[in-house]
Amino acid sequence: MSLESAATLAAPVSRPNALPKMTGENVGVFYGAKQALFDVNLKIEQFNVTSLIGPSGCGKSTFLRSLNRMNDTIDGCRVTGKINLDEDDIYDPSIDVVELRARVGMVFQKPNPFPKSIYENVAYGPKIHGIARNKADLDEIVHSSLRRAGLWNEVKDRLQEPGTGLSGGQQQRLCIARAIATKPEVLLMDEPCSALDPIATAVIEELIDELRENFTIVIVTHSMQQAARVSQKTAFFHLGKLIEEGKTEDIFTNPKNKQTQDYITGRIG
Amino acid sequence: MTDAALPHATVATAASARRDFGLRRRHAAEFRFRLYGIVAIIIGLGFLAILLVSIFSKGYTAFVQTAITVPVEFSASIIDKDNERATNPRVLVSANYPIIARNAVAKALGVSTDDKAAMRDIAKFVSDGSRSTLREIVVADPSVIGTTRNVTLLAAADIDSANKGQIDLTVPQDKRKVSDQQVAWLDQLKQEGAISTPFNWGLLTFGASSRPETAGLGVALVGSLYMMAIVLLCALPIGVAASIYLEEFAKKNRFTDFIEVNINNLAAVPSIVFGLLGLAVFINFFGMPRSAPIVGGLVLTLMTLPTIIIATRAALRSVPPSIRSAALGIGASKMQMVFDHVLPLATPGILTGTIIGLARALGETAPLLLIGMVAFVADRPTTPLDPATALPVQIYMWANEAERAFVERTSGAIIVLLLFLALMNLAAILLRRRFERRW
Repeated sequence: MSLESAATLAAPVSRPNALPKMTGENVGVFYGAKQALFDVNLKIEQFNVTSLIGPSGCGKSTFLRSLNRMNDTIDGCRVTGKINLDEDDIYDPSIDVVELRARVGMVFQKPNPFPKSIYENVAYGPKIHGIARNKADLDEIVHSSLRRAGLWNEVKDRLQEPGTGLSGGQQQRLCIARAIATKPEVLLMDEPCSALDPIATAVIEELIDELRENFTIVIVTHSMQQAARVSQKTAFFHLGKLIEEGKTEDIFTNPKNKQTQDYITGRIG
Repeated sequence: MTDAALPHATVATAASARRDFGLRRRHAAEFRFRLYGIVAIIIGLGFLAILLVSIFSKGYTAFVQTAITVPVEFSASIIDKDNERATNPRVLVSANYPIIARNAVAKALGVSTDDKAAMRDIAKFVSDGSRSTLREIVVADPSVIGTTRNVTLLAAADIDSANKGQIDLTVPQDKRKVSDQQVAWLDQLKQEGAISTPFNWGLLTFGASSRPETAGLGVALVGSLYMMAIVLLCALPIGVAASIYLEEFAKKNRFTDFIEVNINNLAAVPSIVFGLLGLAVFINFFGMPRSAPIVGGLVLTLMTLPTIIIATRAALRSVPPSIRSAALGIGASKMQMVFDHVLPLATPGILTGTIIGLARALGETAPLLLIGMVAFVADRPTTPLDPATALPVQIYMWANEAERAFVERTSGAIIVLLLFLALMNLAAILLRRRFERRW
């Protein structure tokens, strides 16, 4: 499958009236003295899927993790520049990181369900954020989250069984259900399919497309075919710099930058 | 054809020769290594077996105790010769019970109470502990005075040893503690069915005594129990809190590095140093009582803390980072992350470390010697502030006694201690199995 034909698979086109949900201005990230990200300016459009591509170590995951301040947990990590969620500067001291992460959810590379029941996994977020007023509310949130993650039919009879007992693909969908249960506005996905087989990957990709109805999604992926299939916007990173960004079909069919072209045709990376 | 086949064949043999190279040597090395391992294990098991066999063969007799059941006449003329017990109940406490016991045994043996020499031997036949046995009966129910009833009295330690066959009767009479006459009496009572060897509950309930048959681990067990409770109550919360702070909240800098190095050093400090610390701080500075389990417990807490902290930090570190990311990623605060997810997963490791620390504290002797827990304590302590001893200290004290009956009690006490240690380790294994989760 050539890249051009992969790009044409991206059936849903970018929404014409897409608003910027998150904007990064001159974002730089340092790990100690080492700078990992340089002056990134990127707009994340609402209800679109933005994919971040690039070779290993290019800073795409670093940028993703700075969008919900997961970088805070790394010792010696420092972010410069400005990242806005709607109107709020998320690095402003007045912003509580707990609230930010409730608004900007995250799905990780390796499925990481809690070693608790499937129900508990999904219910944990709503519980700690006080989203559910009572048990019935909570049940409803768990059910709808699992349904939207496409997992409901597979687990409805074993909600009390441990989430770690599911298959890899099911675990990842459980993690997605857990992330959307807190009703975030933005969903960050860090190579969500890299640990999954092709069939599970296809299920997740389909799911991402459905989730776009309600969530703004940013996805880091190593697979250019995947970027082409699921995203409307693509940003290409190389050596800590944002090289090119634009509509996915433009990036894959008509890249303006030489480095982008080299990457998508497999010459670097 | 042959021209073509020949070089091909040489290549093949050369290749196979190269593949064979050193294989035999490597297999031999592996075989030797396995052999060393098996030999090491056999040596270890051998020493363990020698230890257990020597202790159990010496100690199992401590768990039974020779007793003499004879009809005892609670003679009013001896217990209360002035008949004043209605007005002065103290006479029942201070009455001359040993004479009653002596007379009862003499009667059972058919010895005249006027035979002074024989009565002296009989006095050494029954334990002095019969004094309290008879006193308890009379004080509990004064109406027995003037009646005769069957009472089981403890035999004296030497008679107990003779009954257990531990005294060499070929030695001349004047060089052993049991006379031929006493041995004859023992046989006579055996014939009459008056001698029994019931389970020695006294070993687990009596306090300190200079007479082996009435010496027991009661005080030591209570003292050790109090100390374990204090160690658990103090060391577990402090240790877990310190570990969580250091592992999850504290920034990694020189100061925390310094603390970490010091905790590791503390774990290696000889326990007697902790004893000196306890003596200087708890007893001399804070004025806490000597010989008390509270001080022992606090000293052992200090000693156990590094063990618990190191085990807890290892347990926290073994929780995969992905669980932390998962919790933080859906907006849990750090506190919620630790207490809802990390701590439950670290619990088996923490419990195992704690129990192993407790087991080490249970067997610790040196610091307790310094804070005065090596003492002659006859009464069981009611609070941790009362004087007490501890199991290993009691073993140490009994090991210094020369009597044959104390030798078996020393081994008996070691068996009790080993039993407790084995139970604690079993608990650690079971808890780990029970709480272990896979992810």
